[in-house]
Amino acid sequence: MSTAPLLAVTDLRVRLNTARGPAEALRGVDITLARGATLGLIGESGCGKSMTAMALMGLLPTGAEVSGSIRLNGQELVGAGEAAMCALRGDRIGMVFQEPMTALNPLHTIGDQVAEPLRLHRGMGRTTARAEALRLLDRVRLPQAAQRMDAYPHQLSGGQRQRVTIAMALACGPDLLIADEPTTALDVTIQGEILDLIHELVADSGMALLMISHDLGVMARMVTRLLVMYGGSVIESGPTDQVFAHLAHPYTRGLFAARPRLGAPRVNGRKPRLTTIPGRVPELADMPAGCPFADRCAWVVGACRAVLPAAVEVGPAHEARCIRLDAVGASS
Amino acid sequence: MSLVHRAWRHKSFAIGGVLVLLLIATALLSFVWTPYPAAELDIPNKLQLPSAAHWLGTDSLGRDIASLLIVGARNSIAVGVIAVGIGIGFGVALGLLAAARRGWVEELVMRFSDFAFAFPALLSAIMLTALYGPGLVTSIVAIGIFNVPVFARITRAAANGVWSREFVLAARACGKGATRITLDHVLPNIVAILVVQATIQFAVAILAEAALSYLGLGTQPPQPSWGRMLNEAQTLMFKAPLLAVYPGLAIALSVLGLNLMGDGLRDLMDPRLARAR
Repeated sequence: MSTAPLLAVTDLRVRLNTARGPAEALRGVDITLARGATLGLIGESGCGKSMTAMALMGLLPTGAEVSGSIRLNGQELVGAGEAAMCALRGDRIGMVFQEPMTALNPLHTIGDQVAEPLRLHRGMGRTTARAEALRLLDRVRLPQAAQRMDAYPHQLSGGQRQRVTIAMALACGPDLLIADEPTTALDVTIQGEILDLIHELVADSGMALLMISHDLGVMARMVTRLLVMYGGSVIESGPTDQVFAHLAHPYTRGLFAARPRLGAPRVNGRKPRLTTIPGRVPELADMPAGCPFADRCAWVVGACRAVLPAAVEVGPAHEARCIRLDAVGASS
Repeated sequence: MSLVHRAWRHKSFAIGGVLVLLLIATALLSFVWTPYPAAELDIPNKLQLPSAAHWLGTDSLGRDIASLLIVGARNSIAVGVIAVGIGIGFGVALGLLAAARRGWVEELVMRFSDFAFAFPALLSAIMLTALYGPGLVTSIVAIGIFNVPVFARITRAAANGVWSREFVLAARACGKGATRITLDHVLPNIVAILVVQATIQFAVAILAEAALSYLGLGTQPPQPSWGRMLNEAQTLMFKAPLLAVYPGLAIALSVLGLNLMGDGLRDLMDPRLARAR
């Protein structure tokens, strides 16, 4: 038991029924996450990052067909009943959302909302749960937590609300924390504080972290292992520093080239234009059969469009799904 | 600005509120005092004009019109409260169920609503009275049944909106089941909409009860009812036109008051609408 990973996802596939017919939102995702480890999912909007998180939580939209396997603590979650999933959510898996402005019910006090998972999963009475909620709000460093217990969400700032949602996610001491772009909606200065807080809480409590973001800086700071997703597949995976040092997949290279840089040298006296990846993410329903990135890739050859490339080892524990790695590597 | 202050400044809400309070006060008054017993006949003094003894005069059987109106208010309110209660009880439950379960449950509830909606309320009321005989209870049930799909639809639409909000997703991520989410998160967030709708349906119910009684299918004699007073006044339209004016005014003012109050409530409960005015 102790050697088994906390989370083992194998060949996770999700089919959605969209207006334009069935579409594969996830095309065989594999994730292994040890107890206390940190993992990042990075990619553009619509690449399947959030879909993966929702599949883990069992919160996919109705009509989604899931296949493959998700094991948490050895328990199979694919096909688990709603009651079993309700027992896990908020207890073994905590989740922090992108939008703290809307993730709290405007009609309940924050004290009640933080106490809710405790009463639900731990069967605590009102008084005990309230005391514990206060302790949690202190732990996420909500200023003047005691006075704020009876405040309503609209009386708090964005950063403070995100602290509250983190306290809710942490309430039952989960084994796994899923953070879906937890700082995207916040000011840059607040972002840093919230990331530090999550980092510290993960280190202290020994829970595992699955971080979802499109921000490379956030990833470098928060996670030791990185999965790059595109078109519903993991196209590159490896230790964060390895991936940063040796960008293997053409898409990962594009992603890195596209990040804005401060103090970039001026070209002909003008600021350089931001680099972009030509083309756009294919619609789910039009996903090509082979490599999903083929239509936007500079190194594409005919064979790319035949089948989804297998994962190729490019370094220690570092893999990429590309058949042109040699050509890509030679060009840099 | 406090809610009371805002409510008072909202002209139509204030006017509507006063009219509705008047209606309720009249109905309550009828339990303790009326100028004359409402059913008391006094044939020698029939069709009198307003006087100190009979404020609004007497009808063709010598009954005191003011007393009839006061007791009739009780009737209208009873019908409104119970019929709207039936509508809310079943309709809101069905709407919440449809929104929580989606899929075929939602389809079933909505098609049932469409089906019930397809019959005009008056027609189904007449059908019911044909089956069970005319009377106050039958008309209340008929109006109540008409209210069920109204509330089912509005509840489902509003609840679906709440279900798609992120805090519901967050609540699900905390492990809350559909029942808890419905009670803790969905219902409190749609109460405002339901209150407004209930006010408006209340007015519709009073109107429907008056119509049924006017047709002789609602409240039966000797129980006084505004609708039946209109009916009786009809034959004397040219001899004593005031007989039709009093109950007509009572119905019109009640319905107007409830509608104004409903509109006002909608504005007061939705700050965005209030600002837009």
